[in-house]
Amino acid sequence: MNQFARNLIRKDSWSDMMMGNYAVARAMFETGVRVATTYPGSPVPEIANAILTVPEDHRDLYFQYSTNEKVALEVAFGASINGHLSTVFFKSVGLNVAADSAIQLGLLNLIGGMVIILGDDPGAHSSQNEQDNRHFARQSYIPMFEPATPTEAYQMFKEAVKISRKYQAPVFMRLTTHVCHAKERIRFAEIPEHPSDWTSQFNRHNGPYLPITKDVFPLKKKALGRLEELEKYAEQCHFNKILSNAPTKAGIITSSMPILSLQENLLESGASIDILKLGFSYPWPKGKVLDFLKSHDEVLILEELDRILEQEIKSLAFDENIQCKIYVRKTGDDLMGELLPHRTWKILSDFWPALFPPKRKPEQELIVGKRVPQMCPGCGHRSAFHAIKKALPDGTITVGDIGCHSLGFFKPYFMGEALLSMGHSNGTGAGLSIRNKDRKVLTFIGDSTFFHAGIPGIINAIMNNHNMTLVIMENGTTAMTGHQPHAGTGEIGDKISIQKLLEAIGVKFLSRVDTYKQSELTQHIKDAMEFEGFAVVIASHPCMLKFTRIQRQKPNYKQHHVHIDQNICNKTYECIEKFGCPSFTKHNDGHVAINEDLCIGDGSCIQTCPVTAINHANKEDKK
Amino acid sequence: MKSFNIYMTGVGGQGIGLLSEVLSKAFFKLGKNVKAVDTHGLAQRGGTVISQLRAGEIIFSPLISPHEADLVLSLERLETLRGIADMLKNGGKAIYYDAAFQTIDNRLGNDTYPTVTDLESVASKKDIKIIRVFRENLHDSRMQNIILLKELAHSDWIEGFTIELIDNILKEILSPKVYEKNEKLLKD
Ligand SMILES: Cc1ncc(C[n+]2csc(CCOP(=O)(O)OP(=O)(O)O)c2C)c(N)n1
Repeated sequence: MNQFARNLIRKDSWSDMMMGNYAVARAMFETGVRVATTYPGSPVPEIANAILTVPEDHRDLYFQYSTNEKVALEVAFGASINGHLSTVFFKSVGLNVAADSAIQLGLLNLIGGMVIILGDDPGAHSSQNEQDNRHFARQSYIPMFEPATPTEAYQMFKEAVKISRKYQAPVFMRLTTHVCHAKERIRFAEIPEHPSDWTSQFNRHNGPYLPITKDVFPLKKKALGRLEELEKYAEQCHFNKILSNAPTKAGIITSSMPILSLQENLLESGASIDILKLGFSYPWPKGKVLDFLKSHDEVLILEELDRILEQEIKSLAFDENIQCKIYVRKTGDDLMGELLPHRTWKILSDFWPALFPPKRKPEQELIVGKRVPQMCPGCGHRSAFHAIKKALPDGTITVGDIGCHSLGFFKPYFMGEALLSMGHSNGTGAGLSIRNKDRKVLTFIGDSTFFHAGIPGIINAIMNNHNMTLVIMENGTTAMTGHQPHAGTGEIGDKISIQKLLEAIGVKFLSRVDTYKQSELTQHIKDAMEFEGFAVVIASHPCMLKFTRIQRQKPNYKQHHVHIDQNICNKTYECIEKFGCPSFTKHNDGHVAINEDLCIGDGSCIQTCPVTAINHANKEDKK
Repeated sequence: MKSFNIYMTGVGGQGIGLLSEVLSKAFFKLGKNVKAVDTHGLAQRGGTVISQLRAGEIIFSPLISPHEADLVLSLERLETLRGIADMLKNGGKAIYYDAAFQTIDNRLGNDTYPTVTDLESVASKKDIKIIRVFRENLHDSRMQNIILLKELAHSDWIEGFTIELIDNILKEILSPKVYEKNEKLLKD
């Protein structure tokens, strides 16, 4: 066990610089969480990384990577109704996958307690949208905490556990990207003794857990009643507090990260404005908010993303005939992206220009070229795109999916031209293929995504015999989120073979090829595209980033690379313009060289050079 | 007192994480209040990677506003230019390790990759003190961050940030094997 892991489970109190995600993991050990589940996704995968630094025999906390977020949530639910405190965590859009089950939770008695951690992503740093999951708290009658700092994430998780156990209700903790990844000094408390009691306590009389028609209304009534109770809790919850130097006529109501931007701005301007901060933000304390409105002449509601508090508080003010002027963000632009300090300044200056004088936007005289993310040197997906492109008839529509191979959409491949969500590709592809005699359809999916949500679309394609070709980009890991295991990797349980599974469900055209064998892959794709009906090619090569990292741990590791023979190279630039490995550097005089910091010597580029100018730098590397 | 803001940048895989870890621990040991934040996730695939650190008496947000960084530390030339253009204040300071990782648009000829002179002329226009470091034949590119830290210690731009302090921190956070290699480079 390394120092980090020892700290995570040490019994006494300690303090250190900690990232939000790690602090949450510590909170799990302090509260005695017994079952934790997840499916990987930014911004929360580091919670799992932290838990996993502690070997299984040193923790009474059972952890699992589940096949997807819905399953992860159901596993945590099952544990909770069996009496075990549980938690599930996933990224913002993970809640869409889990929603069908999550929506029921608020109606049920979770006797062990259950905290659902959401990793929302204002600014869409690593997500396909910036959906605001505060809506779901309303829709599902589930209370919500919203920390603004790593310290609060740690403290609020512990409070969420208390509330969840007291009310036997699920509780949301909504993190956002820069709460998850911020680091600050945190003082952690002691870990109390948690008796290891795995007795099964499931009893249907704790329920009902089965929402048959006659129980729907009573269950809903109970959920609504629970919310009323929780509103009383919200009134005295210490995370809902007023920050004030001396009472002022102007006030601001805010929650989560924007409070930090607000405080920075108050510090800079020297202005004094009362703040009502809602850390337990649903159901929010009506009494406290009402008092705040009554005791101020003008109140700004400052929230990130959608107009949720704005509308709810304005409706309260309307009902109560409040005279206080209520300000809300003026433009749609303010509903997009993170409310960083400089953007918050602009909002404040919209209403109080004397206190926050408008700042001139610094003129941007320098345009710096974009750096688009790319597949890593040696990535098997690159070889696949290069080979597949050669096989496609003109006009072929390519449908992408989520994962590292989504990057195939960028230059120079432009493959995977439509994308909704994890596992969408075969449904979308099927729709594109209906009565489509003019154009072929090719779909992609990664191996983790295959197990996550890909299988129903594939079965649909078999069942309805859709005429399209699916390429499974099998790299033996969940690469993009940091190399988590999945059902096909064999790291957990017996490895499930995608090929055997597809055979068993009756895929009629099925082949598998290593992507480094590019001409073979091209041929497989050509054959598949000619096949009438649903065809599958498994394009396989291990993730080379993961592979290289493992190699580097070995004692006699030597970095390998390829070499370009300048006497042979005739500057057709196939390597740069079509294959597109970032290890190539094009110099001003037009010659191409290898960036040895980047090249890993995999040699997948060698076959792409029409005049074979590329070769291994060391002869022994040719294996 | 105003905070001291450090904006660290580079390309995925270059070891920005270690750079920011050492600096945040250093300020911590020097008795300063620190907040920091790293980029994680997607950006690691050959994209720009950023880490921000703010130290001072009162710090609320770990995020630096545009043109409010006092110091840019960079591990790559183009990203240095970006850091200066977007984040560094006029009159600020920058140290960069001169690794050059072209973008796809550079290779396709849609964009030109900046030269060292380009960087220097931008710096002088904005009254920025800039230091370039580079080590010929560095056998492991993942230790470019150590060269950068070493230069930062020599620059005396952060009071109390010494080679000894870096050494102590590295000893704390690295495994003994990795530490040994880094220590050699730090002290050579
Ligand atoms: C519903 C949902 N959950 C999680 C994610 C996060 N996510 C983004 S990429 C990715 C990895 C997919 O892995 P795989 O299909 O194996 O493709 P690879 O990255 O390995 O190429 C995940 C889990 C997401 N975007 N949506």
